[in-house]
Amino acid sequence: MADRAQPVSTAPGKIVAAGVAAIIFGALVAVALRAETGRGLGAPDWAALRFTVLQATLSALFSVALAIPVARALARRRFKGRRVLIALLGAPFILPVIVAVLGLIAVFGRAGWVSDVLGLFGLPPVQIYGLHGVVLAHVFFNLPLATRLILQGWQEIPGERFRLAAQLGVDGWAMVRLIELPMLMRVVPSILAVIFAICLTSFAVALTLGGGPKATTIELAIYQAFRFDFDLGRAALLSVVQLALTIAAGALALWLARGDGFGTGLDRHIRRWDGQTTFARYGDGAVTVLAAGFLLLPMLAMALNGLPALLDLPPQVFSAALTSVVVASISTALLLLMALPMTAAIARGRGGALELAGILGLAASPLVIGTGLFILIRPWGNPLAWALPVTALVNAITVLPFALRVLVPRARDVVARQGRLALSLDMQGWPFLRHVLLPRLKPQIGFAAGLAAALSMGDLGVITLFADPDVATLPLQVYRLMGAYQMDTAAGAALLLLLLSFGAFWILDRGGRAHVEA
Amino acid sequence: MLKLEDCIIRNGAFELHANLSVAERARVAVIGPSGAGKSTLIEAIAGFLPVATGRITWKAQDITDMPPGARPLTMLFQEDNLFPHLSVAQNVGLGIQPNLRLSPTDHAAVHQALDRVGLGGMDTRKPSELSGGQRSRAALARVLVQRRDLLLLDEPFAALGPALRAEMLDLVQELCEETGATLLMISHAPEDARRIAGECILVADGAAQPPQETGPLLDNPPKVLRDYLG
Repeated sequence: MADRAQPVSTAPGKIVAAGVAAIIFGALVAVALRAETGRGLGAPDWAALRFTVLQATLSALFSVALAIPVARALARRRFKGRRVLIALLGAPFILPVIVAVLGLIAVFGRAGWVSDVLGLFGLPPVQIYGLHGVVLAHVFFNLPLATRLILQGWQEIPGERFRLAAQLGVDGWAMVRLIELPMLMRVVPSILAVIFAICLTSFAVALTLGGGPKATTIELAIYQAFRFDFDLGRAALLSVVQLALTIAAGALALWLARGDGFGTGLDRHIRRWDGQTTFARYGDGAVTVLAAGFLLLPMLAMALNGLPALLDLPPQVFSAALTSVVVASISTALLLLMALPMTAAIARGRGGALELAGILGLAASPLVIGTGLFILIRPWGNPLAWALPVTALVNAITVLPFALRVLVPRARDVVARQGRLALSLDMQGWPFLRHVLLPRLKPQIGFAAGLAAALSMGDLGVITLFADPDVATLPLQVYRLMGAYQMDTAAGAALLLLLLSFGAFWILDRGGRAHVEA
Repeated sequence: MLKLEDCIIRNGAFELHANLSVAERARVAVIGPSGAGKSTLIEAIAGFLPVATGRITWKAQDITDMPPGARPLTMLFQEDNLFPHLSVAQNVGLGIQPNLRLSPTDHAAVHQALDRVGLGGMDTRKPSELSGGQRSRAALARVLVQRRDLLLLDEPFAALGPALRAEMLDLVQELCEETGATLLMISHAPEDARRIAGECILVADGAAQPPQETGPLLDNPPKVLRDYLG
């Protein structure tokens, strides 16, 4: 008995973690074995690699560059709706990509609002497909993330520094150099790396707005090798390339972040005395309005286009919606079955290897895991028949790292604060879980389940590899409608998808927080 | 008799030696300077810290390697003695059945215990709806239903005011007399020790000394204790 006594067992968590690792590594090994290295990378593959890195670089640079003024405005201004705006910056995380893409097309597309306005001046319409469209969509998703992270950096500057600066009469450029620039130098590199890594594996954006020889990402190339050529060897080879790329970028991001957390407390009020000039105030106002407009207008456009169609959706949209609800439910259940035992095990304190298993899902992109599972399933049965279970499983594995981030800190707290009391009452194992850990974790479980349901509902990834024409989740159905140029019906279905995703998140998150005592 | 035979308890880099015995039904205060290892001693007896060498026995039964909940003792911590999300009655019921499957007899015992500590009618309240003193009473009600031989107190009343603390100690004394429990309580206040503890274990310089009579020890304290008491 060399350790402190503990109220929960690590065994179930270890088994689950081993299972998750086995699925991911199994898929990766299958991919590696199947990869036809002899052929090497062809010209199109190199083009895809170059495009992937180029678009991710541009997306990261634009997202962060634009986020800095927005975060600065939010950091030093108080205004009505600031809280709502900051909360809204978290929404893109659970926003289905296909919904955002439809919104962006409605604003920036050939027949979109911007083109309409340009038309008034006799100018030609803008084009959204290609590199700039892909980057635009990535900025739409990552500008809010970058803003939140940079804002956090701003708010971690101790209030006393601003007081001291005010006392010394520091303002304008001097303020930037003295306080703000050092902070940015510290936080920006890791944020760039995180967004770069996220954009490397982005599939749905490239699928809908990219394509063609000039705008194909590796993920998209994997999909095309699969669907169009059914060239498993090439898909596997590309998967290996993608995996190397993601791990490199992920390692870089982790190394640069070094323990910086995605934090809370974005509402902390720090009194500031600088930036009171009219120019600075109007500048901040303009930046805030522009950013809010950039994020909200596409949603508004999509909703306006979709609303009429919503009442008149074809039956296959509803059956796809039903499929999505079922997949999301199974995925959420799977996630909880994986995350809760792992949380209990990690909360006991020695979670090194377990935590690593938890973030494996970040290293391998869903499409790569999907490719591997396809290769693994094929000798045993028709992979297409497994489309929905595999989608649910891969979605759950993808959400696992985020769920653990939400669950583990709270679980650690509960075990630390109430573990001894439970032990002294001989509450171990199930009684401890049932009467202490699970009730105390309820809000976090609700939030994690909400994330899982929303992300799974909106996911347009691995399902595209497996689905035969008769099977569709709602995002896939929206994509098919777009492909058939039924843009209004697509917008209606996207609106339904948006309602389902946010609704599922809202219900689960709300359910978790109901009847919770301090 | 509670016996610690040549025990060495390690807590990180800290090491505490203990070779002592406590008579049944005794009420013993554990006193000593901060950081001297009072909590380490109590936690080892309760089973939260392993004993590196030596053994702990209660009534000649070796309890050194027993899990905390299986030991013939109950312990109140400095804080968090109640689960905040469970009702008072559930918190007390945990002392009878850790899985909370209570028989009608068990429920009756819970009620009786709550009545005894003066919390009658507060069964359904949550800890957050109780005052500090009431929370202490609820924890003591649980001690009552647990019916364990040994009661260990790690300053559970430290946050209460002097009058309320004295009231709780009196209640503890009464409960010990009623149930015949042996009491070991950490104390920072010499008046608390004088109030209910006949003997004191002095913990200082990496060792827990055998119990001595409270009065003479406090009247004529050794240097290490004198420095601490001021």
